[in-house]
This record gives sequence, C-alpha cells and structure tokens, in this order.
Amino acid sequence: MKFFKNKNGSIYTSNNLGDIFFEKITGFFAAVVLILVILMAYEMYAGAKPSIEKFGWGFLVSSAWDPVREMFGALPIIYGTIVSSMLALLISVPLSIGVAVFLSEIAPSWLEKPASYLVELLAGIPSVVYGLWGIFVLVPWIRNDVQPFLSQNFGFLPFFQGPPYGFGLLAAVLILSIMILPIIASISRDIIRSVPHDQREAALALGATKWESILIVLKEVKSGILGASMLGLGRAVGETMAVTMVIGNRPLISASLFDPSYTMASAIANEFTEATSDMYISSLIHLALVLFVITIIINALARLLVWSMDRKWKTVR
Amino acid sequence: MEIKIAVKNLNAFYGKNKVLKNVSIDIPQNKVLAIIGPSGCGKSTFLRCLNRMHEVVGGTVQGSIMLDGEDITRKDPVLVRRRLGMIFQKPNPFPTMSIFDNVAAGLKYNGKTDKKETAEIVEKSLKQAALWDEVKDSLEQSGINLSGGQQQRLCIARTLAIQPEVILMDEPASALDPISTTKIEDLIFELKKNYTIVIVTHNMQQASRVSDFTAFLYMGELIEYDATKKIFTSPELKQTEDYVRGRFG
Repeated sequence: MKFFKNKNGSIYTSNNLGDIFFEKITGFFAAVVLILVILMAYEMYAGAKPSIEKFGWGFLVSSAWDPVREMFGALPIIYGTIVSSMLALLISVPLSIGVAVFLSEIAPSWLEKPASYLVELLAGIPSVVYGLWGIFVLVPWIRNDVQPFLSQNFGFLPFFQGPPYGFGLLAAVLILSIMILPIIASISRDIIRSVPHDQREAALALGATKWESILIVLKEVKSGILGASMLGLGRAVGETMAVTMVIGNRPLISASLFDPSYTMASAIANEFTEATSDMYISSLIHLALVLFVITIIINALARLLVWSMDRKWKTVR
Repeated sequence: MEIKIAVKNLNAFYGKNKVLKNVSIDIPQNKVLAIIGPSGCGKSTFLRCLNRMHEVVGGTVQGSIMLDGEDITRKDPVLVRRRLGMIFQKPNPFPTMSIFDNVAAGLKYNGKTDKKETAEIVEKSLKQAALWDEVKDSLEQSGINLSGGQQQRLCIARTLAIQPEVILMDEPASALDPISTTKIEDLIFELKKNYTIVIVTHNMQQASRVSDFTAFLYMGELIEYDATKKIFTSPELKQTEDYVRGRFG
C-alpha cells in the first residue's frame, strides 16, 4: 500500500494502479497547457527581440508606423484596439443584459428556446461573414444614413466630425458589439438562471413588482455579469477578420469615430505577408506580444474584480 | 370572533391538474391557523393562493378569497402581497444585502424612503423577531453569515417591516434545529397578538403547540376544520384521528 497526500494535505491511501496512472496523466496534461503558454510567450519575446532592442518602450508611445523607413511605433494601433473594444462593450453590455433578462425571466417558454438558439447562432457565424455583411450592408448604411445624421445633429462634438467614409472606427465598433453580444448574453442568461427561485419569491412576497424582483436577481449576479463582459472584451480585443474588413486599416489617433483606425490583430493579419525586412517582422511579433500581455491583463483584472466582489458578497455588505 | 379571511369554494390548478378542491375556510383574526396534511395534499398551494404566489409558478385559481370583505383574487397581486407577508420553508435572505438592508428591502417597494423612519422600523422589526440583541452590532454585515435559525428570524423581521396584516408561514421551522424551532414557535405566540397567522406544518406536535385552529387537508380536500384542541383530542372523523395519531400519512 502506498500513501499519498492530496492537495488539501491530508493523507489517503491507494493501491489502485489506475488511480495513480490517472493522477499522473491528468497532471501531465494540465502542465502541458501551462508550458504551452510559457513557450508561446518566450517564442514571441525571442522573435520580438530586435524590435524591443531598437525601439524599447518607445514602441508603445510612438505613433510612427512607417515600414519604408523601418520606424515602428504602435501607439495608434494599441489605441485603436482599446477604443474599439471598449466602445463595443459599452453598446453590447446593456443590450446583452436586456437579452439575458428577457430570455431567463420574461420570455414565455415557447419563445425562450428558439430565441436562445438564435442568440447562440450569432456566435457561430464565421467572422469573415460578419466582415462581408459589414462591407455590403453596414458600411453603406453608416455612410449614407448614420454619419450624415450624426454630423448634422451632433457635429459640434469631436466624435462626429470628418468626411463620411463609412469604413472606420464606427463600423468596427458596431460589428464588434454584435459579435460579442452572444457570449455576454448567453453567459449572463445562465448566471441569472442559476439564482434560486426563492430569491425572486422572497422579493415578490414583500410586495415587489416583477421588475423589482428582477433587479434583486441582477444585483446578486453582478460579479458574474462583469465576468461575462470581460470575456466579451477579450473576444473583441482579439477579433481580427471582421474588424480588418471594415475599420479602414490606418494607424491613426483621432477623436472622431468616422476616421479609419487600426487594431493590433488586424495589423498583424494584414501586414505579415508583406513584411519583407527582419525588423518589420520583428515589430509585428512585438505587436503580438503586446496583444498577448494586454489580454492577460484583461483576464487578470476580470478575476480580481470578480474575486473582490465575491469577498464583499461573503463578508461585508 | 372576527373573520379575517373568508375562503369560499377555492379550487386551485396546475395546468389541468386540480390540487385544491372546493376548499372553504374562515380564518379568524389574531389567531393561529395550522394547516396539516400529508405531502402533496395541497397545503402549501392553499397558503400560496392566499397571497397570490400560486400564480407566480403558473397556477390558476377559481373561487373567492375575501380579505376584510374584499376579494383578493380580483386585485393587484403586488398590493395583496403587501398585506399578507410570507415566510418560506428555507430561509431566503438576500445574500448581497446587509442585515439592515434585508429588513429595509420591503419598505422601498412600499414607497417608504425616509432614512430615520426606515431605521426605526428596522430596529422595531428586528426586536419583534427576537433577533435585535444578536445582530445589533453587525447590522452592516451580510445576512448569510447568520445561522439558519437567525436567517429565518431575519426573514420574519423583513416581513414584519412591511407591516402586513396576515403572516403566512410555509413550514417555517422544518429546516431548523430544535432550539431554533423553539424560538420560532415562541415568536409565533408573540406575533399572534397583532397578526393573523396561517402556518403550514408537517409536524403534528408543532401544530398542537402553536395553533388555535387546525385544518386537515387530504388530496386537495378539506377533511376537517376545528379548534386545535378538538382536532387533536376528539376529532369528528376517523380519518382525521388516524392522521393526527400518526397512523397514516
């Protein structure tokens, strides 16, 4: 008989060869995932090294993205990534919560199933199809209707100035907000559903209206909805194809939503094939490393927020 | 003896399934009515009809329930529920709210937002629920750190805060230990001075201890309804006697 310590530190015994084998093999696969991430980070670091040595931190704060003179500064691209994702989140989160509340609390059962299915179907559409729809439907609509309307009525704001190209930040934001809606909505719906029915009944029995009882439920799951939103943000930051097709692909920092912009993912996808010089390739890998780090930071922040809310949930109000 | 609620020919359904058949009961004011019967006899459904919670899970009713002469089956359920508070089988405080906010939760729905008044009502309700001394120093803590019995008394305080006229209790002590159960039962004695109480219970001793009147339901029908003493000592029907003596059910 052999003695083992499990992860709580308590000792258990097993003379079952299958158990031992199972423990080792699952441990191995768990380790593989971690090793893969570390290897990936290392490979990217190695590939980006020439660029890191040449530009240093300047890569993050310089706006010069000039392949001909081999000057690379990623600030406008990082800016475009963050602004497009954040604005998409701003549009998508309220919509998603609305969809989730409708599906879990309000929809009659005959409607709930097909509607849920449709929402999940949105997540299954290939992003190049979103891109095509963007080019042929969304962009002309933005150019002919949305942008003229916005610049006529709100043109005094810096966000709505400039010529109406159609292609640009606004189109990317709209397409992203549709693409991240299903993930936020379906996770939120599941979370809302996981709240025990007695919470709704408790509120109703106190004389709450249906809406007030839903608010109680939403309050209880806000950390979960925040987590779902962060997952959506992660998807938006990394989205490549659809964004590339509508964003205009110009590294430009501009307050106006009408102007073309660029994201890290679309820059890498667009330029990798045409990157001829070593420094150009290295800079693109540098960009990938930055994207990687930003994604990790987003996820870490999400965890931190969820964790702090959970703690709050358990101890103090 | 004044009648608080007059239930007449009440039929309740889940879809096509009839769970209450022609139940008529007069519920006297400031007394405790216990509803007893085996599982599935419709006693919880009966209770949930009284504050229109039956329809929340998709049920329907026929017949009339007169509260002080007004038929509540024809009124706005939200307003009805403010007059008939309910305590559930499993304590269900709001986990994200502090103890204070849990008790104050119902006040907001009833349009009371004055801070000073709210604080007064919260204190009074917690005292009425015999919980004040245990929680007065931790009002800002979350309610879910309390023990099961304390949580149930918190739920009672939450219900008392909206100043209902009737308190409905759905097996309020069945998830609690004996000491907590005793506290809840003591509380019922206190509360019946000011409130009409209807309690559903599985526990025969509890029914005989706390109630003034007892109604025995079986398969959705009201079998016998009388003073508790009578039901437990010399009921009219043999079926009732068999049940209270524990011979079936």
